[in-house]
Amino acid sequence: MEIRSNEFKGRAVFAIHDASLQQALGKAREGFVGKRAQQAAELPEFEQLREEAKALKNHILDHLDHYLERYEQAVTAAGGQVHWARDAEEARTIILGICKRVGAKTVTKGKSMVSEEIGLNEALIDEGMEVVETDLGEYIIQLAHEPPSHIIAPAVHKTKDQVSDLFEAAHGGPRKTTVPELVDEARRMLRDKYFRADVGITGGNFLVAETGSSMIVTNEGNGDLTQTLAKVHIVTSGIERVVPTLDDATLFLRLLARSATGQETETYTTLSTGPRRADDLDGPEEYHVVLVDNGRSRMLAGRFREMLRCIRCGACMNHCPVYGAVGGHAYGWVYPGPMGSVLTPLITGLDNAYDLPNACTLNGRCASVCPVKIPLPDLLRELRHMQHQQEITPAMQRRALKLWRFAATQPRLYHAGERIAARLLAAIGRKGRIRRLPLASAWTDVRDLPAPAGRTFLELWQGKRGKS
Amino acid sequence: MRVGLFVTCLVDLMRPRIGFAALRLLEHAGCEVVVPADQTCCGQPAWNAGDRATSRRLALKLIDEFDGLDYVVVPSGSCAGMIRVHYPEVLRDDAVARARAEALAARTFELTDFLVNVLRIEDVPGGFRGSVTYHDSCSGLRELGVKAQPRALLGLMPGVELREMEAAEACCGFGGAFAVKFAGISTEIATRKCRSIEATAADAVVLGDLGCMLNIEGRLRRLGDEHTRVLHIAEILAGEDG
Repeated sequence: MEIRSNEFKGRAVFAIHDASLQQALGKAREGFVGKRAQQAAELPEFEQLREEAKALKNHILDHLDHYLERYEQAVTAAGGQVHWARDAEEARTIILGICKRVGAKTVTKGKSMVSEEIGLNEALIDEGMEVVETDLGEYIIQLAHEPPSHIIAPAVHKTKDQVSDLFEAAHGGPRKTTVPELVDEARRMLRDKYFRADVGITGGNFLVAETGSSMIVTNEGNGDLTQTLAKVHIVTSGIERVVPTLDDATLFLRLLARSATGQETETYTTLSTGPRRADDLDGPEEYHVVLVDNGRSRMLAGRFREMLRCIRCGACMNHCPVYGAVGGHAYGWVYPGPMGSVLTPLITGLDNAYDLPNACTLNGRCASVCPVKIPLPDLLRELRHMQHQQEITPAMQRRALKLWRFAATQPRLYHAGERIAARLLAAIGRKGRIRRLPLASAWTDVRDLPAPAGRTFLELWQGKRGKS
Repeated sequence: MRVGLFVTCLVDLMRPRIGFAALRLLEHAGCEVVVPADQTCCGQPAWNAGDRATSRRLALKLIDEFDGLDYVVVPSGSCAGMIRVHYPEVLRDDAVARARAEALAARTFELTDFLVNVLRIEDVPGGFRGSVTYHDSCSGLRELGVKAQPRALLGLMPGVELREMEAAEACCGFGGAFAVKFAGISTEIATRKCRSIEATAADAVVLGDLGCMLNIEGRLRRLGDEHTRVLHIAEILAGEDG
């Protein structure tokens, strides 16, 4: 997928003025935040679970090589095959290789953000295969030829009316207008694809080392049909998604749905272990797992290791005021919101996403709801430090900081400057406010600047102290 | 008890009344207040802009200036958070400086936190009468746990009726340089905050950080709200709200 994160500012402006988008975002905001809060409140041990999940993830990351090797052994023992992909291109090559070998014409897909990350759909379509997204949200945006705007609710930016239009154009009339009608129509369209699919590709919420199973959670059951009915099942997953045991997976499951959609649990939690066995009633003939690194082992070795705890619930973006104002597409690549603002520069390069780490008020709400306690604001600040060090920060900003440092470390100079500024601003002010300030138009174009009193605290205080 | 008042650069320049209000509250509670005359800025703008060297210089400067005092009190959650939470991180590469930063961090308090949890005051001088709504500024809330303290203090004022707004804990869109670098997004977020405030029909919105105040007051006025007063918690508690 093309990286357009450096167009963030322009795309954000566009998003703010998109009435349908704003309507859709408003609805999503209310739903996600309220439901998550309710779930957290109803589970007395919720905070303790977050602490445990953080500790367990840290343990896994400390021994990632060990658990990945155990996982591979278990997958092999169950008759499946693990493939290791260093980067997006290797991952695509492996998957394309499998699809071509089995002569795949139709490929069904359950929801997988890693498949977005490696640009899989385009690669399959370029080889002449029919690719069908089976998650309702993914299906909608596939019809709209758009990337997902949210990691768990890919079509959250669409209103119901827009979906009705898309379905009418793709499926023919009569136009469906209610949610049940729309869901039924999508089900009917997809049903036949599941049976025709040569290859079914899913993500993997968790990879269980002790059993060699991949685990997915969905609300529609589409993932189950994708992975059970196709002749070949391919799981795409990041290397950080491995967990030691089934027990461990349940700890994360208790946090995932509550944090993501505010449900106690998702409707379907499905384990896949190897291909169909002799006495199985159904299941794929081949079972493959493509483990994608794509920058993750670099993160593991450096300051951004904590980011690898992410279980992709989306709570950070649901609670982010910036995401709430502009939606996911403004971020310009696969992962939006706070987690995306950390991952995008780390995976695609600092140069490719200058704005993202800066497009944050550092309000900290994302970290306060993260089920695995990733200190997202700290990681974003760390990225700003890297930008500054590598001089990716605009020269103007660096010069301004230098000048400011010169002044702020010399109290006399600084206070003299302040006294002048206080007087000037007070003189410009009318009725206690400044409506236009030429050098600060970014502020005064959209808000008044409350005018200062004309004297600084320190000069008034010294004056008072002098008299007494 | 000798208490150092770190006024903060924004209060010094933009609204000295908040500094005097803080001074009055501390003296009212019997503190001997010291105001180091060379204080400038805590370095947070540099820290958040990724300029570690500058934040380091300013952290060391502040640590020197407030050396030897029993406490340091700050009428701002975000500047107090900078000292308490971030200074040890700013100075992480230098063991001696880091230890000094940690010692200072342990003695540094946001104003309302100090009044409630250290001084345990039971009365305040202010005599405000009317309804107020309280905006939880992000750094104070999430870095320092300032939530109940300002409300407890407002509860000491018989003339004050507290009306909680919807999403009081949501960011106002200020975020320092964010407010000008991403003015459009900032405005969108600020507008939402203003709507929540207006929905309470309170006489005043009260909060504990001047950055958020300038943003909220500026946006309220630009949206045409001329009547909702925007007050710092220190102003209303000290009676410097006139």
